Amino acid sequence: MIRVLLAKPGIDGHDVGVKIVARALRDAGMEVIYTGLRSTIPDVARAAVQEDAQVVGVSNLSAQHVAMMCELKAEMAQAGGEDILLIAGGSLLQQDITALREMGIDGCFPPGTNTSEIISFIRDRVPAETATA
Amino acid sequence: MPQTIAGPVTPVAGAAQAAPAFRTASGIPVAPLYDARSQLDWDPAQKLGSPGEYPYTRGPHPTMYRTRPWTRRQVVGLGTAVETNARNKYVLAHGQTGISNDYDVPTLIGLDSDDLRAKGEVGRTGVAIDTLRDMHDLFDGIDLEGISVSMTINHPAFVLVAQYVAAAQERGFRLDRLGGTVQNDPLKDFYAQKTYIFPPAPSVKLSCDLIEYCTRHMPRWNGISLNGYNIREAGSTADQELAFTFAHAIAYIEDLLGRGLDIDTITGRFSFIFNVHNDFLEEIAKLRAARRMWAHLLHERFGADPSRTKLRMHVQTGGSTMTYQQPEVNLIRGALQSMAGALGGVQSMAVSCFDEAYSIPSEKAQRLSLRTQQVVAHESGVTNVVDPLAGSYYVESLTDEVERRAHEWLAKVDEQGGAISAVESGWLEQVISDTAHVQQLEIMSNQRVVVGVNEYLDHEGEQDIETFRVDEASEVEQVRRLQEVKQFRSDGDVAQSLERVQEAVASGENVMPHVIAAVQAYATQGEIISKVISVCGEHTAPAIY
Repeated sequence: MIRVLLAKPGIDGHDVGVKIVARALRDAGMEVIYTGLRSTIPDVARAAVQEDAQVVGVSNLSAQHVAMMCELKAEMAQAGGEDILLIAGGSLLQQDITALREMGIDGCFPPGTNTSEIISFIRDRVPAETATA
Repeated sequence: MPQTIAGPVTPVAGAAQAAPAFRTASGIPVAPLYDARSQLDWDPAQKLGSPGEYPYTRGPHPTMYRTRPWTRRQVVGLGTAVETNARNKYVLAHGQTGISNDYDVPTLIGLDSDDLRAKGEVGRTGVAIDTLRDMHDLFDGIDLEGISVSMTINHPAFVLVAQYVAAAQERGFRLDRLGGTVQNDPLKDFYAQKTYIFPPAPSVKLSCDLIEYCTRHMPRWNGISLNGYNIREAGSTADQELAFTFAHAIAYIEDLLGRGLDIDTITGRFSFIFNVHNDFLEEIAKLRAARRMWAHLLHERFGADPSRTKLRMHVQTGGSTMTYQQPEVNLIRGALQSMAGALGGVQSMAVSCFDEAYSIPSEKAQRLSLRTQQVVAHESGVTNVVDPLAGSYYVESLTDEVERRAHEWLAKVDEQGGAISAVESGWLEQVISDTAHVQQLEIMSNQRVVVGVNEYLDHEGEQDIETFRVDEASEVEQVRRLQEVKQFRSDGDVAQSLERVQEAVASGENVMPHVIAAVQAYATQGEIISKVISVCGEHTAPAIY
């Protein structure tokens, strides 16, 4: 079963999207850990490694993706989670998506994304055989 | 009072009613045709009355827009108070008749701009307010007795209104002449906007301290604006939006009555903000049902005088209906929603901007939202007559049905022990999440068509809009402004005034006079909130999905 940790670091409270994604991934047979609101990036990185997550999704609606993902990447590396797939969702501008892709984060999902797109993106990159049981 | 519901016409035998089932956006089944048979038991005198008369279904005023056009009030707020002041003046110069400010997330949750947790969020999605200095700058050069001001702030509302009162008085304006509204509806924040601070029960108490203060000292000021908008944005249906908004109202009213205030005194200054979503006729029906339901609720449940049960509302068109895909199409959505608001009989309106899914609005987007409602107001002709859709078989059926469903939800909240308990247990959050999930499944399966999102896709030129970005320098500037204040104020006065705030919270007395004294001493918002937290504690949200 693919293990996904979804997080909303920072103080932005818009969580309709992340909750919808959480349900969709769970309904698709993934194990979802949603860390709730007002977490910090170091907390997210620690939780991801502790929980053996294979995917970490960060949701934000206040245009902070690039700064957040930068920090998260560094924290993940430090916590020994550099192989964990990172994805981002929320109000992403084209310039953010470009910047994130340059950082190697290809999973960028703006509002209106069909959740099946997110599911196949994850499945394509985290094949079931390497997923922990 | 039992409601006689005007039902849909039974389909004629033989007329195949093949799938798909026709439903409103909120899931109410819709018949192919409504006619006189739909309304056999329907009594217009009881259901509608005249405009300006109980139960106000047709509107709170007898002549509506013929004598009082709705206030065109687009929301503004970004960066520092100085920057937002310039925007406030810009919208006033463009024909807006009231000011409405949004605050940044740190301000909404009681953090000062120099708090580490605020980093990156200062001034980003609203204006940053830390001290009285910011409130002075926000309204500099604006005649506070000549306009109405709307403050979209909830948990820290008692601090921001204290700052507004102090700023206005220092400039020589009289409290009894200040017109405006503060949202001050913390209950919905626990499961809708998520800008909570204290636990639900003390939040209601502080909110009611402010309402009580306004009731006694600011007769032209609405001390609360009950917010259904955010409940809808979180994914509710139209009927849940009404039910939960009124459930919150009941919690505040019960607290205020417990203080010995009179129902007819307090509710006269209650105002509301509702959403105007996509389903045109359902939204009109909802706004009409809202007025009738509120009037009945106040009169029948609390014994209010019928003349004091008028529901006055601001609406904002649904921000979450503004799609990321093909954003210009949102202008058309905004126009239809604005028209529904007008036909629903609103007193004030904001049209969400077409770039909502990207960022806070650009000046162009803001101007187009204002122009949208100006076109509806001046060119469409719908404002010439009061409640033009009254008597429509379908609209009246739908008005009855939205109200009936809202009553069912309200009864469920009562079964949960009222709004405070239903928030504490996470019940309300679960209900909204479930509803949002159903809607999402409908979009995924194309049962619910969203143009540009699941049908009529067009990736070409998708993001060819100019978006607004707050200058990163604003955050640095705001932190600098705050440091300056901390230099010139008297630390002794601040400490002493904060001590009194803490004592007032602990003793249960009304905190407002003490909070006003603290802001006058230039205590920061964050310092005052921290004192309250030290007594009331902090809320932790359940991670329900």
